[in-house]
Amino acid sequence: MSQFYTSTDHFVLVPAIMLALFGCAILLFDFFLFPEPRQRKWLLAFLVLGLVFTGVGLWRQHRFLAESGLPQITAFQGTLTVDGFALFFNWVFLAVSLVIGLMSYRYLEIEGEHHGEYYGLILLAQCGMYFLATGTDLITLFIGLELMALCFYIMVGFLRTQKRSNEAAMKYLLLGAFSSGLLVYGFSILYGISGSTKLSEISLAVANRDTWDPLVVLALITTSVGLLFKVSAAPFHMWAPDAYEGAPTTVTAFLASGSKAASFAFLVRMFAGPFESTRAVWEPLLIAVAILTLTIGNLAAITQENVKRLLAYSSISHAGYILLGLIAGNETGLKGVAVYILVYVFMTMGAFVVVTALRRAHLIGENIDDLAGLIHRSPGYAIVMLVCLLSLAGIPPTAGFLGKYYIFLSLVQTGHYLLAVIAVLYVAVAVYYYFRIVRAMFVAEAGPSVALASSFGVRVAAALTATLTLGIGIYPEPFLQLAQLPVMR
Amino acid sequence: MLEPITPVHFLLLSAALLLVGTIGVLTRRNIVVILMSIELILNAVNLNLVAFSRYFGEPSGQVFAIFVITMAAAETAVALGILIALFRNRQTVFADEIDLLKW
Repeated sequence: MSQFYTSTDHFVLVPAIMLALFGCAILLFDFFLFPEPRQRKWLLAFLVLGLVFTGVGLWRQHRFLAESGLPQITAFQGTLTVDGFALFFNWVFLAVSLVIGLMSYRYLEIEGEHHGEYYGLILLAQCGMYFLATGTDLITLFIGLELMALCFYIMVGFLRTQKRSNEAAMKYLLLGAFSSGLLVYGFSILYGISGSTKLSEISLAVANRDTWDPLVVLALITTSVGLLFKVSAAPFHMWAPDAYEGAPTTVTAFLASGSKAASFAFLVRMFAGPFESTRAVWEPLLIAVAILTLTIGNLAAITQENVKRLLAYSSISHAGYILLGLIAGNETGLKGVAVYILVYVFMTMGAFVVVTALRRAHLIGENIDDLAGLIHRSPGYAIVMLVCLLSLAGIPPTAGFLGKYYIFLSLVQTGHYLLAVIAVLYVAVAVYYYFRIVRAMFVAEAGPSVALASSFGVRVAAALTATLTLGIGIYPEPFLQLAQLPVMR
Repeated sequence: MLEPITPVHFLLLSAALLLVGTIGVLTRRNIVVILMSIELILNAVNLNLVAFSRYFGEPSGQVFAIFVITMAAAETAVALGILIALFRNRQTVFADEIDLLKW
């Protein structure tokens, strides 16, 4: 008879407990302790404190795995598994939440919707992400996904007096709920195949069946449609540009980095786990999806005038590159996925930090024209934007090059030459639309100068993301070791 | 003689529910009706889970169904909250009239 709540269970659950505890504490403190608007900085402090405690829990797990040499810690009878994969993604989520928290404070004040709930929602969303990366059971994964998604629906609609934000939230919610429904339908079929909700047992049951078994194919198709919706891969990307444009810019950054990374953790867990034995079925499907995603993301980005919308299409195209790593599927490919996600979250957040700083009272500051002459007005932010854009385009010595290098290498190693050629061609297209922004910043005539909405938090966030984007590219060794974690099984 | 009811029957019924729900999501204009269609999809899932759970004599499927019902309730609450905020600003519940952002 197994114990109900062992010390191992607790050890695995500590980071999630901290996130949920501090998330709920912020909701309460906002109401009872700090009702005054100028006291909100304490809520931000609590967010950082919660992240510190979470980090301590993660660090202890990390040390334990490194010192014991065990491949994984399982808890709750195999419901949660802390392995290198989970640890890697949880470190990424931690960094993302920290940067998002820092950049949000000033922006929300300017938007006039500065409520304490926002910081609670960040932590609760990260709690959902924790279960997405750590869960190895269908129920846990589903709850984690929905916890994250519900927090995001609310945050996208956070500017409730603005029509654009309402619309974005409504569209995101309808398509998100629909895709969750399809996903969980796939889960119910998987349960029917195996009689268990544990991924390990489902893997065995699926491997024992015929590859083209109709039930397996049905489960695979519904599950992957749901997952591809979440990572905004074409043809299921329609929600992304609208949600990204209408959402508060800080939430857009969170959506593009945290939500996407967590969804990819989920996707890789499913495809490298239960569906690994049906690779013959999903590989051609994913290849088609990846090519379509690269095409739509890159070509649609060319004509965009709104920077947030442009970055939305760019984030769609990056999802295509990450899928390519999964298609290659060898060790380099999976490491490439990890490196790419690590690099991607920082460069995307960096670009959004600058867009956030452009939002001032009476000035929306989202169009490419609003960036005109930024180098003269605010050289620091212009440099940050330049570094992030170079990295997004994949130009050395920035970190973006490193991510693309591993993906292309894995494609060549596994003999997907045509895919590699197509992927490289789209880099050239990407350089064009990223350089439209660079040209606006450096060449275009500066408009009437209005000071940027800078603050200590925004500056720290900008410095952190730009340093990491450049740092990972110049001195990649420690980060490559971190990205080695998910590959070690 | 009537045939006994097997999991296949439940699977067919839930597939039909899924189909009706999907068509509803894709063709309806009224957001409230779209939300109802999503509920149909989730109920197809619940039917599957409970039927399989009974077939295997294993309880985790029923537990899963309870979680799905809970999540459906939470999702609907958030959806209606956002819909009310939207209606206050736009005076419409029709998906095709929500066109400020390029759909």
